[in-house]
Parts: sequence; C-alpha cells; structure tokens
Amino acid sequence: MLEIRWHSRAGQGAVTGAKGLADVISTTGKEVQAFAFYGSAKRGAAMTAYNRVDEKPIKNHEKYMNPDYIFVIDPALVYTTDVTINDKESTTYIITTHMNTKELIESQPKFAGKKVYTVDCIKIAQETIGRAIPNTPMLGAFMKISKMYDIEFFKENMKRILAKLPQKIVDANMLAIQRAYDEVK
Amino acid sequence: MAFDKLELRDIEVWDGNFAAAQAMRQVQIDVVAAYPITPSTPIVEGYAKFLADGYIEGEFVMVESEHAAMSGCIGASAAGGRVATATSSQGFALMVETLYQASGMRLPIVLNVVNRALAAPLNVNGDHSDMYLGRDSGWIQFDAYNAQEAYDLNFIAFKVAEDHSVRLPAMVHQDGFLTSHTAQGVKTITDDAAYNFVGEFKPMNDMLDLDHPVTHGVQAEEDWHFEHKARQHRDLMLNVVPRIHEAFDAFEKLTGRKYNMVEQYNMDDAEIAVVCMGSSVETACEVAQELRDQGIKVGVVGIRVIRPFPFKEVIDALKDLKAIGALDRSSPNGAPGMLFNEIAGALFNTDTKAALSGYVYGLGGRDLTKEHLRDLFKELKVNADAGKVTTQLQQFIGVRGPKLAFL
Repeated sequence: MLEIRWHSRAGQGAVTGAKGLADVISTTGKEVQAFAFYGSAKRGAAMTAYNRVDEKPIKNHEKYMNPDYIFVIDPALVYTTDVTINDKESTTYIITTHMNTKELIESQPKFAGKKVYTVDCIKIAQETIGRAIPNTPMLGAFMKISKMYDIEFFKENMKRILAKLPQKIVDANMLAIQRAYDEVK
Repeated sequence: MAFDKLELRDIEVWDGNFAAAQAMRQVQIDVVAAYPITPSTPIVEGYAKFLADGYIEGEFVMVESEHAAMSGCIGASAAGGRVATATSSQGFALMVETLYQASGMRLPIVLNVVNRALAAPLNVNGDHSDMYLGRDSGWIQFDAYNAQEAYDLNFIAFKVAEDHSVRLPAMVHQDGFLTSHTAQGVKTITDDAAYNFVGEFKPMNDMLDLDHPVTHGVQAEEDWHFEHKARQHRDLMLNVVPRIHEAFDAFEKLTGRKYNMVEQYNMDDAEIAVVCMGSSVETACEVAQELRDQGIKVGVVGIRVIRPFPFKEVIDALKDLKAIGALDRSSPNGAPGMLFNEIAGALFNTDTKAALSGYVYGLGGRDLTKEHLRDLFKELKVNADAGKVTTQLQQFIGVRGPKLAFL
C-alpha cells in the first residue's frame, strides 16, 4: 500500500491533483483511492487530500494515515500547519517553495533529518499556465522522485484527464509537469 | 431516442456522487426536481450537466427547497415519469413530510441520500442521522459502502421500486465525503446494458393517462387510512424482498457483482462479529482479516437493505456467534442504537447465546480508525470468553473526554 497526503489551500487543485493521479494509476491495473477533507472550508483555507494505491482492492476508509509521501503545494503551510503529523521515518516530502532544500530546513527545523525535496510549483504554474495552480507540477515532481512512471507515459495520460480544458491550457500543464520533473531537487 | 451515448472505460475513477449521477444518466430519468445540498450536490449537478450536454432526454426542475424538490418529484411520478433526486442532512429532514406522501401514494421515486450529520451543531460531514430519520417513512433503503456500490445499487433500486408488485420509493444511501467524495475505480456498465437492466418505465395509475382518470393523495380518515398503511407495510414485508433477490440475481448475471440483503465477511466459523453500515463495513473487514491472520475467529456483517429490515437474514448471520457488537453512526438520543435494538429484536426469540453490546461512533464525520476497531474486537473477545457482556450495554467510541457508557 502506497499512501500520499497532500497539504494545500482550498482552490489550489489538490483534490483534482489527487483524483488525476488516481486516474493515471488506475489505468495500469492498480487499485486506487483519492479523497479529501475540506468540509465547508472556503477558498484559501488549509486542507488535506489523500491517495492510497495498492495491488488489491482498498477497503480502508479511515482518515488516519502514516503517509509514504507528503506533498505541500502551498509554500506557507509548512509554517502555519503541522505538515509532519503522523509521518514515519521513510516518509518523503515534496514541498513547493522558492527556497532550496537547505534554506527550507533552516527556516523550518521540523524537517531536519527528513527526506525533503523542493520545487517551486507556484512559480512554474504562473509561468506556464498563467495561474498559481500548483497541482499538476507537483505530480511531475512526484514522477521524478518516485520513478513511478515514465514521464512521457504520465503526460499522455494527464492529457486525457485534462481533455475537457482548452488545448492551450492542456499544453501549458504539460510544460508545467515537465518543468517540475526537471527542476525538483 | 434523441440523446447521445457515452463511451465509458471498463474502469472509471469516480467518486460516489459521480457514480450515482452516471447511473441516473444511464437509466434516463424523465424528471429530476432538486435543491442541491452538501455533500450530495454533485449528483444533481452531474445530472443537470448530462442533460444540458444532450446525454439525457428529461427535465431538471429547479425549486426553492427540498420540500418542494420532493413535492415536484411526487407530481412528476404521479404524472407517470421515471423520477429521481438527491439530498442530504437538513435537506432530507425538510423532505420528511413529503417522503411519507411519496410512499403512501405508492410512487417509485429513487432518492440518493448522501448521509450527513443533522444540526445543531452544524456539520457537513458524514454520519447516519439522516439515514436513520428515514427508516419509518415507508421507503425501501439500500446502503452502499463505496462508490462502486453507489453506482450499482441505483440500478437495483429503480428495478425494484418500479416493479408493479412493489411501487414504493427507494433510497440509495452512501456516506457523505467518505464515499461521496472518495474516488475509486468503478467498473462500469455500458449505456445499453444499464438501461436494459432497468428497462423502460411502465407507469401505473398515471395521472396523464386521460382515458383512465385517477386521483392521488386523497383523504381517507379512519375509514380507510389503516387499510392503506397496512397494505403498504404488507407489500414492504412480502413483495419487496423477493423482488430485491431477483434484482440482485439479475445484476450478478449482468456484472458478476453479488449483493445480499445482509453482507457477510469472514463469517463462516466466526465467534465474534461487528454489525455496521456504510464505509465502516469495509474498514472493519480489513481489521477482521488482520485478526483472522492472527487466528482470532472474527467476522463482519453489513446491513445492505435497511428497510425492509432483513430480519431472517440477520438471525441466520448472527445466531451462532458468541459475541456481537452493534455499531450505530447516529445518536439514539435516549435509547440504545437502532442496530442494537433491531438485532436484539431479531435474536430474542431464538436460542442464541450471543452477548450483544452496542456502540455509538463516528458522529459528525469523526474518524473510525482501525485502532478503534482492533480495541472493539478485543473487547468483544472478552465478552465471548466470559459468555456475557462484560461492559455496559452502550458505549461511545472516539469521543473526547471521559469514557461514555450507559445501560
């Protein structure tokens, strides 16, 4: 069982990102679950979204999770919420920030000794898609770190998932995914 | 027919809401009258979008409240159409008066209820308070534990409700957020196969059949009221169950997916079991399997059809156990929980030696963790070994503060 927790603000696309990732993984024959907790939270409120991936049907519906990966797609959440809650020694962090990993750990000592990767999904999204929607770039970074799928396979599937959007936006998302894949450190 | 079909992949990643909306598209509902409410909103939103995009030939009626939504459904159903809507929580509560009208008028409406807590205090998250509120309303109640089942049970609900020996409305329940907003792989049925499973709507006593004028919703008073209600209860007790079995069998033939009035997991030689509903059934199954691997004989029983209550099936599933935990996700407010009472009622005249204890959990969306369930099974094992309930009969799980136990 692979478990992922997303930290996001409502409106940044964590739910869409989690569902998109689940959709891609599902096409390879694996069982998936994608869910979120936001209640009646409004745009901008801190929220979490989750993925579970397994070879066999996933029956667990508890919200409690010791994630294998923690994605943070809003840079301020590492200071205002405890993104490390219920992590484990092997948990891998991918964090959106304008800082490099060393600077991030200096600014938030909670990350000391943890497996942390950084990438500026906000900047990438602004420069490619034109809006600060950091969800798809985070998935590009995840593909690089996890080596889950070949990036071209992943982008082909994401094109299908985003197909309802105008072609220009789809193309921009592909650029964003590729840039985050290349830039995550 | 003048609508487009959708090509679905064999497995689509859908949440429970979208699964229900897709089912409503595939059975081609004539009229949806709806007043959207969290967390069921995406169901009627989905229907409206399919309608606007030309995938359905039907009517979406926007109304000013849930009371009006169900009233619109009643009018459309009495007129002779295939009718459905969706609601949750406060909306369901406001609908209650009209729920009794729908069942009393014998109108086969399907209502998707995305289970949510009832205020006060206000809460949009999932528990079973609204589902429990509906249990005396004369509707058939199906309970889905995941998105796949929310999809499947919609087809079964239409097939059973619209049968001329039944003609009673049916609810399809799913857990707010835990099912409605959780995306999982859903095995799809093609548009043609899905529509053919339910079949064309065959009206009965429809008001728009002008050659055979009828009156709906008349005043009966003492003279005939009791006979109508008794007939309705009789049909629920005697006619609905065989139709549900037939629908479950036909559905298994079509899809390979088997449903039962009472679902049993790891129950063959079980000594201990929990009985619950909704997504908790699945989490409990995972924990039961864990304990099985340690050699503890535990099982899980899920209630699939809440009304009509599967009295005999519950007896068969539970009578040989040593200890039973009944899990209610709704505050009984001054009594044992509904499942505790129904199970006690079913087992009382049998020679069972099972020790039955009740638990209230998960109110307002409070997480039911695997750890809670491990502790619960451990406690039931103590009861099984002692041959009696060693705790108070009613306990609360997962609530902060001092442990709460009663009776």
